[in-house]
Amino acid sequence: MIVGEQKPVAEIKSIIEPYKKILILGCNTCVKTCFAGGEDEVAVLGSALRLAFKKQGENKHIEEFTIERQCEDEFIHEAASRIAENDAVLSLACGAGVQAIAKRFANVPVLPGVNTTFIGIQESQGVFTEECCGCGNCDLAIFGGICPVTRCAKKLLNGPCGGSQNGKCEVNPDTDCAWQLIIDRLTRLGQLDNLRAYIPPKNWRTGLAGGPRKLVREDHII
Amino acid sequence: MNLESPSRLQKILSKGEFAVTAECGPPRGANPDVVLKKAELLKGCADAVNITDNQTAIVRMSSISASVHVMKAGLEPVMQMVVRDRNRIALQSDILGAWSLGIKNILCLSGDHQTFGSQPEALNVFDIDSMNLLRLVKDMRDEGRDMSGFELDGPPRMFIGAAANPFADPFEYRVVRLAKKIDAGADFIQTQCIYNMDRFKKWMKLINEEGLTEKVYILAGVMPLKSAGMARYMKNKVAGMDIPDDIIKRMEGVPKEKAAQEGISLCIEQIAELRQIKGIHGIHLMAIEWEDKVKGIVEKAGLYPRPEID
Repeated sequence: MIVGEQKPVAEIKSIIEPYKKILILGCNTCVKTCFAGGEDEVAVLGSALRLAFKKQGENKHIEEFTIERQCEDEFIHEAASRIAENDAVLSLACGAGVQAIAKRFANVPVLPGVNTTFIGIQESQGVFTEECCGCGNCDLAIFGGICPVTRCAKKLLNGPCGGSQNGKCEVNPDTDCAWQLIIDRLTRLGQLDNLRAYIPPKNWRTGLAGGPRKLVREDHII
Repeated sequence: MNLESPSRLQKILSKGEFAVTAECGPPRGANPDVVLKKAELLKGCADAVNITDNQTAIVRMSSISASVHVMKAGLEPVMQMVVRDRNRIALQSDILGAWSLGIKNILCLSGDHQTFGSQPEALNVFDIDSMNLLRLVKDMRDEGRDMSGFELDGPPRMFIGAAANPFADPFEYRVVRLAKKIDAGADFIQTQCIYNMDRFKKWMKLINEEGLTEKVYILAGVMPLKSAGMARYMKNKVAGMDIPDDIIKRMEGVPKEKAAQEGISLCIEQIAELRQIKGIHGIHLMAIEWEDKVKGIVEKAGLYPRPEID
């Protein structure tokens, strides 16, 4: 999923300050799962903002609405009439959701309420970890299903650096060394020989280095 | 190994002489006098000196320019190059430039992560890794081509070095990684500072068994300790460092004013012990900001004067 974290209320408050009527728009897919922008978070944030503005004697109209996914037109339409009635949209979706809404509604300011952090998983309740950086050229088959491009702080492709000790990364002792995990797993799978081969420099053209990416599926274009 | 490469360090090693390299960290400023002063202290004591590349991710005079300064002072540099700050285009360009300036040795490294430095908010690069860097320098030298396959007008014939840390984990994989570095292009290896002699000997045994010491020159890393505090700091704070308790106890066992002398004595003993190990071709002496002690250590270790090479 796309993992995100809600911005601090004080920052959100200053972002929406210029507007009288604001729609807080939640997204019930990824950011709901990571407790950043689903229906529940929209309700809690709405209450907090109403209270904060009331305390300083400002009367703002704050409306709440949540759709299934802000990155798909099919669901965005459901919010159209509410968006039209407000001065601005505070989107609690990931950056893709914020931009999808902005693309559809040319005359309404769309503001971010969430910091999009990474593509990851919920490792345990309330703990999310980054697993994929969307490089566009997946080599997980070589690395036993553990991505060094994302999870090694130096993106090393040919083995651990000299800072790997006791299974931990030198950059952060709370982070597992991805290379230790890769070696342990390939050992269990009997595939350690994968790591004897030289891995050539990565082709970053499929990643963000090649500019914003676009995927065209001719077979789905009607 | 490419014997055409005209580096002094390579000549020393290929003649079977026990090599000595030292280290010279460029200054945090544009004043070349600091480099020249260090070079003066190291002259005649080492066959080549490593010029670090923004070590610990702190901005310093570039390794290329500091290398040129030490050459003017009559020393041969081992230019360190990390993949943290430059993409493949900049790395190749700097290698061509370095060779054109007379820099003949390169040490290919990943580099300390920028979060350890003074500007942790910086974006890192890591376009390629240190293994890829070794291969690209080798391809430039042996094939005369850059990474695009373009034939170079004047290939850089570098003597290529890599680092190895037998004290990092996982231990067994460290042997595989060394083999990969040799295949990728390493002519010589400089190891992490050795304090845990048992573990180092275990690693040397494994790499001797694999025949790797026949394929590459191993320069064993040593660093004289200045105090018990320094030993404790390195043990606890420096990534990839392994300092056994008996070494810390030994440093703690002498009065503070004698600690530096004890550290130097320990270093000389370590060099003597390392010279007995099969497959060690030299030492890399890292007397950081202690360049004035290098001559004494090299002398007492019986490695002075350095051999004359034509």
